[in-house]
This record gives sequence, C-alpha cells and structure tokens, in this order.
Amino acid sequence: MTLLVTTGLTKSFGQNIAVNNVDFTVREGEVLALIGSNGAGKTTLVNLISGLLPPDRGRIEFRGADVTDQSSYERIRAGIARSFQLVNLFDQLPCLDNVALAIFSREGKTLHLLSLADRDTAVWQEALEILHHFGLAGKAGGLAGGLSQGERKLLDVAVAYALRPKLLFLDEPTSGVSTREKAPIMDIITGIVRSGGITAVIIEHDMDVVFSYSDRIVAMHQGAILADGTPDEIRRNDAVTTTLIGSPVQP
Amino acid sequence: MSTVAVVFEARSPLRRVTWALPVAVLLLALPYAIGAYQTILLAYGLIFAIAALGFNLLLGYTGLLSFGHSAYFGVGAYTVAFMVKYLHATSMEFFVAGTLVTSILVSVLFGFVCVRYTRIFFGILTLALSQVLWSLAFKFFWVTGGTDGLRVPAPSLLGLRLGAGEDKIAFLAGPYYYYVLALFFLCVAVMWVIVSSPFGRALQAIRDNETRAEFVGVQIRTYRLIAFVVSGVFTGLAGALWVPLNGLTTPDIMHWTFSGELVFMTVLGGFRTFTGPIIGAVVFNYLKTYAVGFTVYWQLFLGVILVVLVLSLPTGIAGTAARALARARRAA
Repeated sequence: MTLLVTTGLTKSFGQNIAVNNVDFTVREGEVLALIGSNGAGKTTLVNLISGLLPPDRGRIEFRGADVTDQSSYERIRAGIARSFQLVNLFDQLPCLDNVALAIFSREGKTLHLLSLADRDTAVWQEALEILHHFGLAGKAGGLAGGLSQGERKLLDVAVAYALRPKLLFLDEPTSGVSTREKAPIMDIITGIVRSGGITAVIIEHDMDVVFSYSDRIVAMHQGAILADGTPDEIRRNDAVTTTLIGSPVQP
Repeated sequence: MSTVAVVFEARSPLRRVTWALPVAVLLLALPYAIGAYQTILLAYGLIFAIAALGFNLLLGYTGLLSFGHSAYFGVGAYTVAFMVKYLHATSMEFFVAGTLVTSILVSVLFGFVCVRYTRIFFGILTLALSQVLWSLAFKFFWVTGGTDGLRVPAPSLLGLRLGAGEDKIAFLAGPYYYYVLALFFLCVAVMWVIVSSPFGRALQAIRDNETRAEFVGVQIRTYRLIAFVVSGVFTGLAGALWVPLNGLTTPDIMHWTFSGELVFMTVLGGFRTFTGPIIGAVVFNYLKTYAVGFTVYWQLFLGVILVVLVLSLPTGIAGTAARALARARRAA
C-alpha cells in the first residue's frame, strides 16, 4: 500500500532548482534509502515533505490526504516525523526529558499548564523504555549536550520515534560517527523501525549502509530522480554507478 | 534504584519544600523583628519578585528577552488608579480582578505582535510598545494625571477597612504586608507548577532548540504567546500590589528604564534558576534603596555592580550559590 506520494514537487532557491518536478513514492512498511551526491536535493525533498520548507509547485499526499499546505505541526499529527542531518536536540535538558517531551506532545499534554510533568509516570516509563531500546538508558539523567556524536544521533532518532510516526525520515543517521559505530547504530535503528511497523526513509552517503539496510533505493541527481529500484537493481544501474557511486558496487 | 527513580529523586518537590518552609516562616515572622520601614521595604521586594518571576518565564524558560515589561507593571498600577479615580473602588480584590482583565488584554495584544519575532527584534518590539504606553500616560494628563500621577489610598483587604483611621505606615507594614506575602506565596506556587508542567518543559524545549521543538509537535508561536500572557499577568499583578504601597503612580513606572531594572533583578539573581529572580528582586530593591540614599550617582553605582556581577557571577546569586552547595556536597 502506498503511504506517501509526491507529484511534480519543485523547489528553487534563486536560480538553483534544488528539487525539480519530483514524483516520489513511499510504500508502507519498507525501509527506503535516498541516495545522491551533495546538492542532489535529498534533504530539500525531506524538508518539503516534513513541512520545514514550502514547495514552489507540486502536491504531497500522505495516506491519501493532501498535506501540501499543512503546517509541520499538522503533518506530525498525521504521522510524519524526522531526524536531522545536524543533530537537533534539547541540549540543556536531560536525555529522558528529550524523549518525554515528544511523548507529552504526542498525547496532547504539552498545553497542560497546571499539572506536574514529573507526576505522569506512564510518560516517563515509556521514555525510559525507548531510551533502553536505543541503548541510552544509562544516560537518561545526563544532559543531551553531554553525549557523544553517535549517542546524539541515536537520541535524535529516539525523539522522532517517540512520536510513534507512520513515516520516519532519517537524515544521515550515521554522518559524523566513526566507521566502527555505523553498523551498531544502523542495527539499532532499523531493528526498532522494522519491529515497530514504521516506514522509514533514510538519507545516506555510505553505500555499505545503504545496500545493507534498505529494501528499496531511490537515487537523486541535480534535483531529479535518477533511478528507483531494489538494491540489486541499483547495483546494476549504469547511470547510478557512473554518476553517484563511481565504480561498480560489490555484492 | 531505577534510572527514573534516580532522576526524579534529584527533582523531588520535597527537596524544595525543605528549604522553602523555613523561608516562608521567616517571611511571616520578620515584621515582628525588623520595624515598619524594613517591612515595607521587604514588601516592595516581594512585589518586584512577583514581577521578576513573570519576566523570567519569558527570559529563563522561553529564551525571550523583553525590554518592555514596565508596560504590564504600569497597566496593573494604572488599572488600580483608574478604578479609584473613576469607579471610586476601594476593594483590593476588585483591583486584582480588574488588573487580571486589563493585563490579559494588553499582553494578548502586544504578545500577538511580538512573538512573531525572536532575539533583538523581539526585544526592540517589546521596548517600542511599552514606550507607546509610557507616552500615552505621559501626554494624556487629563486622564492619567501626567507627571503628577494618580493617587491611590489604602485599600480595603478582604472586605475589611483595616487602614481606616489607622496610621498608614502601620497598615502597610502590617495587614498589607501579609496580603502581599499571601499573594507572593500564591504566585510562587503557581509559577512553580507552570514551569514544572508539560507546558513548562515545552517552553524550555523552545528555548533550547526551536526547530526541534517544532518537529516534536510544539506550536511555537502559540506557546510563546501563552508564556507572554502569563508573564504579563504576573507583572501586572505586581503593579497592582505596588501602587497602594507607593500611594501614587506616575508614567515613570512605564518607562523602559524600569524594564531595565527587571532585567537587572533577574540577571542579578540568576535567570537559569527558579529562585534567582526572587532573590535578585529583593536584593536589588535593597541595593537601589541604599544606593539612592548614599549617592546621587546611584545609577552609576548600580551599573558598576551589574558589570562586576555579570563578569564574576555569570549564573547570578542563586546559580553561584547552587554550584557552591553542590561542590560542598561533593567534597563532604
């Protein structure tokens, strides 16, 4: 079943067309990788879908409803969440509070002015369980600003995951972490995403990560979609190998 | 002990109550020990503390520096003065109710404009709007009394004319002090609940990272507007309590320099702690009172103190004390 469809999505910054007439589809339950060189338009496409940027033209449909003119808030309520390329956390709050805030928001409790947040034990227990799944339970009481880069990446995804989205965009979840840390991080993330029945779109530059963890790959180049297929199909795609990868990918 | 239990133990409300109770008892007992003049000075300090608490909901918890909070303080003071002049009202409860209405109206109006912006743009807008109110109070003298101001006599408290036929000083240092103290306790309790609520957490999230807050589903402008209004109401209430104590309100209280004093109080006490603005307001009130009596160059004196404090105690009195206490605990 199709979860997300974009039709003719276009976004320009001055003379530069960042996303050019893109028709993009995400199917329910898949882990899709969005690849492309720097400036290909991947992050801009995610920014358009998540509501961070308004498109110049085109239409975005999520679960059959037109969300093109909806605010990011409405899209989150509809079930679209995201993590960020440059980790976006509440650095001066404890890790537990970072996740708990997403749960309070999901449950519509953040407008409660006269109830004590600490008394809502169900929220804190769920936040701790999420941190436990992401291997961060031991850091629950520490400030998010004090985490290592790999831990920050995981917490960023954990905060998005706490919203219990239908569709989760992960913008370069392993960028800035050591090669040794990449596989464990991706194992944790994809394990949680698949077991939670969440559809995920991962933007990634590391081809080992892309081919190891995705069900389908969409390749972008100069704002347009260059190729769309299974990892095997993308491996055999000449346009992708010459434009993006540079050399044939070893199975 | 589980991780959640460890985290919550550090935040337990009981920990705060353990030091809050002796302070409350001290504030209740002080008038019997310190004479009328010092009690009235303390009442001024508590009133400014209510205003600083409101101001710090924006600065410390939401990350918005307002240079226009004198407007809401003035709205509170002039609401009471107008109710006395035009409605011949005498009831303090009536004054408080009236101030709640006017401060909500003005802060919703100003907040609607201001919360669309952040940083210096927010600060300048709040400053400009407060100066509009100041100039109205200054120029429309046939309504506001201009620089002569408007007089406010001793009000009735809880329907009782405790000030009638009594020495006004005795009234202000006695029943009125306890009235202010009761509202101070109420304001501290309400503000503590607000900053400890899910809403308070959302404000801190907005302060830390606006983009991330938006992408966990927090509607930034709505939350900022609510914080702005709550902040304005606290400051307005402080203005309403201040004017019977002062006996007179003039446009000076709406001038931006008073907004600067609120910033000073909050920075002095420490804007990253709940108690910082309270301590800062009380200390500032004593500092200013004695500096004014000591030298005509009191503004220079206070300015030097602020520079020294910002450089030597960047986390304010409360922040520095908390750090010192934590260090002492670790060493023990």
